[in-house]
Amino acid sequence: MLALVVAHLVVAALLPLVSRRSRRAAFGIAAVLPAATLVWGFAHLGAALGPGLEETVTWSSALDLELGFRLDALGLVMIVLVGGLGALILAYSAWYFGKDSRDAPRNSALLLAFAGAMLGLVLADDLLTLYVFWELTSIASFLLVGQGGLHRANRRAAVQALLVTVLGGLAMLLGIVFVGESAGTYRISEIVAAPPVGGLAATGIALILVGALTKSAQAPFHPWLPAAMAAPTPVSAYLHAASMVKAGVVLVGRLSPGFADRAEWWVPIAVLGLVTMLIGGWRALHETDLKRLLAFGTVSQLGFLMVLFGSGDRIGEVAALTMLLAHGLFKAPLFMVVGIVDKVTGTREVGALSGLRRGLPGLAVAAVLAAASMAGVPFLLGFLGKEAAFEAFVHQGLYYDPARGWVLALGLLTGSVLTVAYSARFLWGAFADKPGVEPVDPKRPARGLLVPTWTAAVAGLVLGCVPPLVNALAQPYADAYPATDATEADYHLALWHGFSLPLLFSVVALAVGLALHVGRDRITGLHRTLAHPLSAQRGYEVVVAGLERAATQVTGRVQVGSLPVYLGVLLCTVLVLPGIALLTGGAWPRDQSLVSSLLQLPLGLIVVVAALALTRVRRRFTAVLLVGAIGYGIGGLFVVDGAPDLALAQFLVETLTLVAFVFVLRRLPAHFDSDGGTDTASGNRPRRGVEMRKAVLATVAGVFVAVAGVVLSGARQQPPAASGEFVARAPEAGADNVIAAILVDFRALDTVGEITVLLIAAAGTASLVLATRFDRRRKAGGGTPEHEKEVLG
Amino acid sequence: MITINVAMAVVLAVLYSVGFYLLLQRSLMRILIGIVVLGHGANLLLQLAGGPPARAPVLGTALPEEFADPLPQALALTAIVITFALTTYLLALGYRSWVLTGRDEVQDDVEDRRVAERERPEGSMEEDAEGPDDEEDPGSAAASDRTDEPAEVSGSGAAR
Repeated sequence: MLALVVAHLVVAALLPLVSRRSRRAAFGIAAVLPAATLVWGFAHLGAALGPGLEETVTWSSALDLELGFRLDALGLVMIVLVGGLGALILAYSAWYFGKDSRDAPRNSALLLAFAGAMLGLVLADDLLTLYVFWELTSIASFLLVGQGGLHRANRRAAVQALLVTVLGGLAMLLGIVFVGESAGTYRISEIVAAPPVGGLAATGIALILVGALTKSAQAPFHPWLPAAMAAPTPVSAYLHAASMVKAGVVLVGRLSPGFADRAEWWVPIAVLGLVTMLIGGWRALHETDLKRLLAFGTVSQLGFLMVLFGSGDRIGEVAALTMLLAHGLFKAPLFMVVGIVDKVTGTREVGALSGLRRGLPGLAVAAVLAAASMAGVPFLLGFLGKEAAFEAFVHQGLYYDPARGWVLALGLLTGSVLTVAYSARFLWGAFADKPGVEPVDPKRPARGLLVPTWTAAVAGLVLGCVPPLVNALAQPYADAYPATDATEADYHLALWHGFSLPLLFSVVALAVGLALHVGRDRITGLHRTLAHPLSAQRGYEVVVAGLERAATQVTGRVQVGSLPVYLGVLLCTVLVLPGIALLTGGAWPRDQSLVSSLLQLPLGLIVVVAALALTRVRRRFTAVLLVGAIGYGIGGLFVVDGAPDLALAQFLVETLTLVAFVFVLRRLPAHFDSDGGTDTASGNRPRRGVEMRKAVLATVAGVFVAVAGVVLSGARQQPPAASGEFVARAPEAGADNVIAAILVDFRALDTVGEITVLLIAAAGTASLVLATRFDRRRKAGGGTPEHEKEVLG
Repeated sequence: MITINVAMAVVLAVLYSVGFYLLLQRSLMRILIGIVVLGHGANLLLQLAGGPPARAPVLGTALPEEFADPLPQALALTAIVITFALTTYLLALGYRSWVLTGRDEVQDDVEDRRVAERERPEGSMEEDAEGPDDEEDPGSAAASDRTDEPAEVSGSGAAR
């Protein structure tokens, strides 16, 4: 199974080579693999409907990760949609996209890659494997909706689809980890066999549900799906009707056998599913764009499927699998019909189309077949599914759980009424004669467009007329749920169950739905007068805008671009983190003396006075002299401490530093504050309050360092053994001076490193100074730094 | 017995405080001097951490037990030299910067200021959402027949 998935991706990667020659051939080649997948699926029919076909590939044994796949009844149905409809839609695309279409190469490769990812998703038996493919389909959807990013509508829709589904995906990943860890396995079949209990598992289930609900466009996340209609119609037919949006539903269907009896699972599914079904149906009644009408219809049907898969009822699950198959088989051809209508007339607007039933009679028949299946007309697959759905909840309402059963049964009835109404509206909108509208004169659609459409539509009729075939697919899946009584155990899909409540429901749905369509003007009026206080799309926009504003504000606050502020933050961090550790863990040493040698006092006083004076001086030269005083004072302290080598180095270095400073200072202004007469920034002269804050922060930080030095040095008990060793071994190095022995012998490599640093610094300094001299020589006459600035700055 | 004494602790506190204070200034030269002062403080701290005053660790001048700890001294010596290298390099950098810009001041990052003044990021999704729709419907069949001729590229014209 992994090989099949990988084959899709590999061929997709190579496809651009073909599409450079011929766009049509590329789509043709792309259609081969999904078709082969369908054949492969049916070749393993026995295993799929029986024990299931498993395959495990070790991914990383060290991390205990594996790619687990399993073909079962649900997987097989999805293969019909992903592989079968995929092949049809790719073949359709060959004629849908123009021969030289700029979008065709990208779409053919991406559609095939998506088919591979989707195949992996529906076959996955490991939650982490499933997650990987889940996100791959989200990315494919982003790329296919976004197209080249040329149009605002594409960009907006692609980003919305990505943000919403990936938000759900990330929540799901967390949920997967929770569930997987509490179950001790990530295998879906094992988790369902022994579902984990407890708070962690319950949280995980809720998070996984967020992923499923966003992916399948359930309220309140649904607006991304109608927006995604900015994609080309074949993409909408494949991703946003037949396959990808089913991912959430399929995930619910996979986990329901283990969790359907838990309130945290079925309550949100039932409530949101029903609400989605009603909202989608209601919105579909008012769309004038045929494609968006179908999109809201898909939202509605996805809600229906959610309710069925989450029911945990044996008959309900039979209905779920049947409706899953039926929805793919009627929604994909309906989208293809819209694509053809758009192609031959140049519009999808209900108000502009008229008389097409005479212009395109063949297409109209295919559309009627598909729409009738959607509406639940007998002899079509949709009817079988809907009958079973009514039976499930009526049965539940009559015998087990009246409240839940009747609410769901009547809710689904209302949804079905809306479904019938918008199915009729679709047919009327696309094909009917409309008074006052000029009949359009369509071009002849290509046969390559018609054949796939017809194939899918007729499949719904054939399967609808032969219920045992569908039964054979649906029963093995439903067997995962316990039957509570004989009715449930014996339930089979059939065209005729006798005069019963479900049949009455079907009749009512058809009759009221058609009545709604007849009274459509009044309904439209009602829709206009109803205010919309809550709009999910508006909610999404407000959230995204809020995020952007918040991100900008946080960046503006955090990244102020001021060096003193950054340093201040660093110092505060030093004070807070190690400072607290010092206060709580450190102990003030008891044996601290006031002063070790009297000579330390005058020397220390020189250093302190010079340092404090440094903060007050305005003249640069004075400042440099004060730095020199500090340096020499510290050199003196080194002598007192018994470190003549240090003192020597300190005196030498200090002298050199002074010389270097003087060289530079003679070119700079005398005072700190007169930095260049043209300084524009001098307007924001430091304010007193800011200076005070700096002084306080610096003082506290300085005191902290001193206190830390005292406390830490007091914690030391013995001189390190290494020092004694160095002293003892110094004669072996042939040196009297232990320091010299350490520097040039024991730690000679350190010294080499130090010399390297000196060399690099010298090279850097020299090049900087030489660059300035070079600039100066280049301009004749040379001059003051201000002059250089004018030329170079 | 090895604890830093009070007088030296005060010297350290003053050196570090002054160093930090100068580092927080905007004048490049002051910052540089701050680094020098901090370097002095660090070197002194290294040496003091070795212990109280004692005899120089030179063989033959005293008994090894009377020696000051040589290891911190060796490390401090390295540190002094490195500080010197750093100081001269920074000095050259500061000088060069002054020659080029005519300023001896650390400026705020202008781009960061601009970000802070903005209400929403550049290329905002919100802007995309508020803007008008394009003339052409990208989901239409006609759009799928478009070829790559440059004239066909619509006005929204993101660079491809």
